[in-house]
Amino acid sequence: MSDMLLEGKAQGGQLKLAGAGAWTAQNARALEALIDGETARAGKLRQVDIDMRGVERLDTFGAWLLERLVRDFSARGCQTSVSGLREDYRALIDELHAVKPEQAPAHGNGQSLTYALGSIGQSIAAIGESFTAFINMLGALVAVVGRVALRPRGFRFTSLVHQLDNVAWRAVPIILLITFLIGCIIAQQGLFHFRKFGADIYVVDMVGILVLREIGVLIVAIMVAGRSGSAYTAELGSMKMREEIDALRTMGFDPIEVLILPRIVALIIGVPILTFLGSMAALYGGGIVCWLYGGIDPDIFLSRLKEAITIDHFKVGMIKAPFMAMIVGVVASVEGLAVKGSAESLGLQTTASVVESIFLVIVLDGLFAIFFASIGM
Amino acid sequence: MARGNGSKDTIIEVRDVVVGFGEHIVLNRVDLDVYRGEILGFVGGSGAGKSVLMRTIIGLLPKRAGTIKVLGVDMAAASDDARRAVERRWGVLFQQGALFSSLSVRENLQFPVREYLDLSQRLLDELVIAKLDMVGLDASVCEKFPSELSGGMTKRVALARALALDPDIVFLDEPTSGLDPIGAGEFDNLIATLQRTLGLTVFMVTHDLDSLHTVCDRIAVLADGKVIAAGAMDVMLASKHPWLQAYFHGKRSRADHAERQ
Ligand SMILES: Nc1ncnc2c1ncn2[C@@H]1O[C@H](COP(=O)(O)OP(=O)(O)O)[C@@H](O)[C@H]1O
Ligand SMILES: [Mg+2]
Repeated sequence: MSDMLLEGKAQGGQLKLAGAGAWTAQNARALEALIDGETARAGKLRQVDIDMRGVERLDTFGAWLLERLVRDFSARGCQTSVSGLREDYRALIDELHAVKPEQAPAHGNGQSLTYALGSIGQSIAAIGESFTAFINMLGALVAVVGRVALRPRGFRFTSLVHQLDNVAWRAVPIILLITFLIGCIIAQQGLFHFRKFGADIYVVDMVGILVLREIGVLIVAIMVAGRSGSAYTAELGSMKMREEIDALRTMGFDPIEVLILPRIVALIIGVPILTFLGSMAALYGGGIVCWLYGGIDPDIFLSRLKEAITIDHFKVGMIKAPFMAMIVGVVASVEGLAVKGSAESLGLQTTASVVESIFLVIVLDGLFAIFFASIGM
Repeated sequence: MARGNGSKDTIIEVRDVVVGFGEHIVLNRVDLDVYRGEILGFVGGSGAGKSVLMRTIIGLLPKRAGTIKVLGVDMAAASDDARRAVERRWGVLFQQGALFSSLSVRENLQFPVREYLDLSQRLLDELVIAKLDMVGLDASVCEKFPSELSGGMTKRVALARALALDPDIVFLDEPTSGLDPIGAGEFDNLIATLQRTLGLTVFMVTHDLDSLHTVCDRIAVLADGKVIAAGAMDVMLASKHPWLQAYFHGKRSRADHAERQ
């Protein structure tokens, strides 16, 4: 049926085209092919008559194709006439006839090499930008803390309690479970390998030191980045998208003071607590595996642990916790405020927030390791 | 003013529809007819349930009772294919525009077309420009993203997207709210022009008395969960119902009327 849509007969310099059937969206593809076939006709044409009597239905798609047909022939210098069109379609045809032939600006990614180089440049610039944004946010936070310290009643305790509930209290079960499992795994691996040297008992040293200094705080910081950092970014980002942050500003509130400070303070309080709980759970897991798998009695485990670890190991872990919390909080806030209007950008910034904060947490851990080694802790 | 609906061909038929959320019954046995080729203005107080009825007709909200027929198809009883065929023949302009924020204007307009029709890229691009031209925008907005558009432009692009598949029916939820009076007037004219050129049936939720006066063929009024009146403007003006009296003869409408005279 589609070949009935348009038929052409050429006679000398004259072309007679007859349209028929439904010139509608469904047939647009077939019709376009027919029309392009006609306009590509070789030979010299002076006059084109388009007879539309047979066309039963016409919508924007068909009308545009008719318009294109007319324009293409006119551009070739032909006399073009359209006849037999139903009166109700007049307005539509006129409307489309008025469309300017202006082409949309070219789109696409351009040349692939320039595109590749360009995107490398852009991502390097983006790293620089997020670094400045990070420093900016830190500065703004310090300023806000100063302001709040002078006027402590301005601090939002309700918000803080709510955030603490979210980031600390509700995180306890999952943190305990994960750190417990990690403790078990470390002890099991240690036992398995140390047994070859008959050094089973040193597993206790390894579990104690590793958990208290590194693993406890790292696992907690990473979990919090994934759990609360992403939530912060998404919350702040969607508030930004819906102009809620602008609304706060216009009412004379500082969004950093109202939204961000309570969240970061909640993290700074919550993460050390979670680190403590997580470390205990990991030691507990290690102890259980040593007992059940390694045959080390709980009494022996505890006395060995007492000898192996000092208060310094514990302090090292706990000192790092608030700094990690701060990094997660600041990165999440920076990324949240960087969200633009689209849903896609919300997703991108949330991903960036988690990836960046985990990366920075590990970098910071490395820097702390150097620092503590040099002061002999 | 009625345009070509002498035969009164019913295109949307709502009968005894009940919609509620929990205990709260929003629509209580609503009846409504929309005729082919007309612009129906749908009014009612804020929170009366106008958007709810619109969303129920287009199948976004479940109804508790009643039937809704669109283009003669009972939407609840129809097969998936029949329902999708009907859905293809309507376009919806949501209250906030609901443009896809991660797609450019061009991609927003091409999205439904690509889904349903297999057209060449050239034709798709040309149609975007033609559709934008029809709603009074030029090709320079093509590559913009929804967050870069003004309120009026958003409404126009959203209307162009609603028209992308050349629907028979368009649903407009408060198309002129949030526009300045001049912009609102232009939008009204645009709707009237498009209705004429494309032979659309328009279901328009509105609060704009000007729109009701200038472009609507008929007006339906929703109050207390029911359609309490439906008819042309003079029927509304003559009605003795207290809500209609307050709405059409209130201070704002009188001021509006005086100016007109
Ligand atoms: N998703 C929903 N859940 C609960 N109640 C709703 C929902 N949508 C609308 N409502 C209620 O239905 C009533 C009608 O709302 P709506 O149709 O949006 O009003 P309007 O007539 O101003 O468009 C309101 O009371 C609203 O609270
Ligand atoms: Mg509404």
